[in-house]
Amino acid sequence: MDLRAGEIRALLGENGAGKSTFIKVLTGVYERDQGTIHLDGQIIQAQDSGHAQRLGISTVYQEVNLIPSMSVTENLTLQQQDKTFGLISWKKAQKRAMALLAKVGLDIDPSKQLDSYSIAIQQLIAIARALSNDAKLLILDEPTASLDAGEIQQLFSLMKQLKEDGLGIIFVTHFLDQVYSITDSITVLRNGESIGTFDTAQLPRAELISHMVGKSLDDLAPASGQNRSQQPLETLLTIKNLGKQRFLQPIDLNIHAGEVVGLAGLLGSGRTEVCELAYGATKADQGETTLKGHVLTQGSLRSAIRTGMGYCPEDRKQDGIVAELSVRENMILALQASRGWWSPIPMVKQKELVEEMIKRLAIKTPDMDKPIGELSGGNQQKVILARWLITHPDLLILDEPTRGIDIGAHHEIIQIIQELCAQGMGLLVASSELEELVVFAHRVVVMKDRHKIAELDGEQVSEHAILQSIAS
Amino acid sequence: MLEATQTMTTKIMSPINLLHKHQKALAPIISLLLILLVTAIITPGFLHLRMIDGHLYGSLIDILHRGTPTAIVALGMAVVIGTRGIDLSVGAVIAISGAVTAVLTVNTDFPVWLVILCALGSGLLCGLWNGILVSVFNIQPIVATLILMVAGRGIAQMITEGQIVTFHSDTLNAIGNEFFLAFPIRVWIALALVLITIVIMRKTALGLFLESVGANVRASRLVGIEARLLVLSAYLFSGFCAAMSGIILAADIRGADANNAGLWLELDAILAAVLAGASLAGGRIYLALTIVGVLIIQTLTTAILTSGLPAQYNLVVKAAIILAVLLVQSPKTRQLLSQLFRKNMDYSA
Repeated sequence: MDLRAGEIRALLGENGAGKSTFIKVLTGVYERDQGTIHLDGQIIQAQDSGHAQRLGISTVYQEVNLIPSMSVTENLTLQQQDKTFGLISWKKAQKRAMALLAKVGLDIDPSKQLDSYSIAIQQLIAIARALSNDAKLLILDEPTASLDAGEIQQLFSLMKQLKEDGLGIIFVTHFLDQVYSITDSITVLRNGESIGTFDTAQLPRAELISHMVGKSLDDLAPASGQNRSQQPLETLLTIKNLGKQRFLQPIDLNIHAGEVVGLAGLLGSGRTEVCELAYGATKADQGETTLKGHVLTQGSLRSAIRTGMGYCPEDRKQDGIVAELSVRENMILALQASRGWWSPIPMVKQKELVEEMIKRLAIKTPDMDKPIGELSGGNQQKVILARWLITHPDLLILDEPTRGIDIGAHHEIIQIIQELCAQGMGLLVASSELEELVVFAHRVVVMKDRHKIAELDGEQVSEHAILQSIAS
Repeated sequence: MLEATQTMTTKIMSPINLLHKHQKALAPIISLLLILLVTAIITPGFLHLRMIDGHLYGSLIDILHRGTPTAIVALGMAVVIGTRGIDLSVGAVIAISGAVTAVLTVNTDFPVWLVILCALGSGLLCGLWNGILVSVFNIQPIVATLILMVAGRGIAQMITEGQIVTFHSDTLNAIGNEFFLAFPIRVWIALALVLITIVIMRKTALGLFLESVGANVRASRLVGIEARLLVLSAYLFSGFCAAMSGIILAADIRGADANNAGLWLELDAILAAVLAGASLAGGRIYLALTIVGVLIIQTLTTAILTSGLPAQYNLVVKAAIILAVLLVQSPKTRQLLSQLFRKNMDYSA
């Protein structure tokens, strides 16, 4: 891969494509085991990120890696203090900080604490710091993820200016619109391999997406042929104009009993956000959710659960399992929580319920008192599923239910989803794997840049159609 | 396939597996027994019990008697630690509750039960303060309870007006020093408190919720467990326990010493919970084992005193033995041990 001075390059790829590994090798966080890196014609080998910066490669990460409780000046001069007689001269430091801020077009008081400024400003300050040691190559890792439209424009004009100054910029993002509005060229990674580098102006969107997901639109049948039109029983969930600033554009969605609605989209398109807002895990700032005719109180998970909702989060380890507790305790947690602490489920009943679930979902565990943290990913996922099934929900929200689990368990979970649906449950399933979505989804909502861009129904549901709507 | 085989082996080797499963619980108990055994060898008559006037006497009873205040405090501490917190203020709360007991007994005509209620109430207020700081204002527990740790002794001094207030009350004296059914009354009080706590924690879902919140607060929120009130109640309980301990300590010396009552007791309480196997990062709560932890600490103290070792060695020897117990319990050591154990098993199989 070559990058010229004054070029903005998009680095694209789905989850696990190797973007962050690539950046880490460039910046010396990981040691490369083959190949060479040339900068300005010289072979370089960064030992660590500090070394990489001295060589001229600077990185700004998605999560601002500045220190919130320090002043802007301190943040900007932390790596390289301005000294007079071996002591830090804050006067000099302040001056240099001002100069750096001017480079990114900021006119702010550098003596103020960093976290008194907005995320967007902090992002620009981070770029200012990255530029502080004569960077030749600037890597921006998802810098726009938490910015609003105006702030993004501000960032883009800065990027254009830096480009004119002769800087090479690698821009990692999930927002395709941004790729087309700012970059000169695109490098696509998939499964740890470079698929190729393309001129942005000459690469149609559809082609770009097929490079990213590894499927060509032409190879896919226009319709999957599976006819799944059926008479839905009743409307379970109605989402009206539900949204949150900087999180998700307002969205409308209906789910009927006995129906699986899939949420498709590229990474960062807003799939998870829809799940979180629908369940109430994140409080929406507008719109309303109605479940079985009851309007849910925003932000009250107990009201959602009591009305009949269940939710398996995307990040199983952080948000799903309680690793130290046993399989049994993890499984009864949601039911027990809805009953309250004063009304314990009798131990006999607990064992009965858990035993039944272990059998029904074929959970592999030596006994129900084993800490759940010691089970495999697939079995952990089944326990989390069982946790909700015990509460007899009417609507289950599954965010990436098959991520990080082995093929066998993968297949079993898809079967469970289909069975639950056949029993009349409504399901909302977000997944990055299109081929699995089209197998079980009756309808698919396609997300892009945190908007709902399409809703495919019945016969329209196919990988081809989903990709096409993402590309358009 | 692999997991299926595991299930089968589990069924076959269930006695060994049972031992393996409760290995964690065994460590503190074995440590306690070992310490008792070694002391009994060094100090003849250590295990000897005498019955005088229907009262049991001996070093073992002395350990129970002296360990009671720490045991009660450690009970509350174990619950707080389970929620990923810590309560540094318990020593100060002991001073406050002792001061309230003494001053009310001396200066008012309140009946004893009302005095005790007031003292317990003062502890609950302290717990409420800590709980609000931690769960409503999200102040880190170590900082939040540090405030009362410092201020609490000052409050106690204000209550006693800087004096050591001595009092006389038959009922309080009985709580401090008298016997019932061969054992000291305060030991019965502590035993009752421990049993009631265990029942409440294990026969309702309170224990499960506290452990769940302590181990993973985000996952707990998503299943609908409201962490805030649970954490608050843990600090309330800790305040209550400290106050109870303060009453017993004041009754013991028939007076309130705002400067020294319960001094450094919070550290013994934390240590007891850790000896029981609790992690300061929250999670499992081991109530009964925490009491075993208290007994380990108290046995060491008493044993060193009765062994005739020069007094200046006390603290260092105590620290060394506790370090040894903790090392044996650490996951790293246990991993090494179980690797050795497994190797031997393979050979025997």
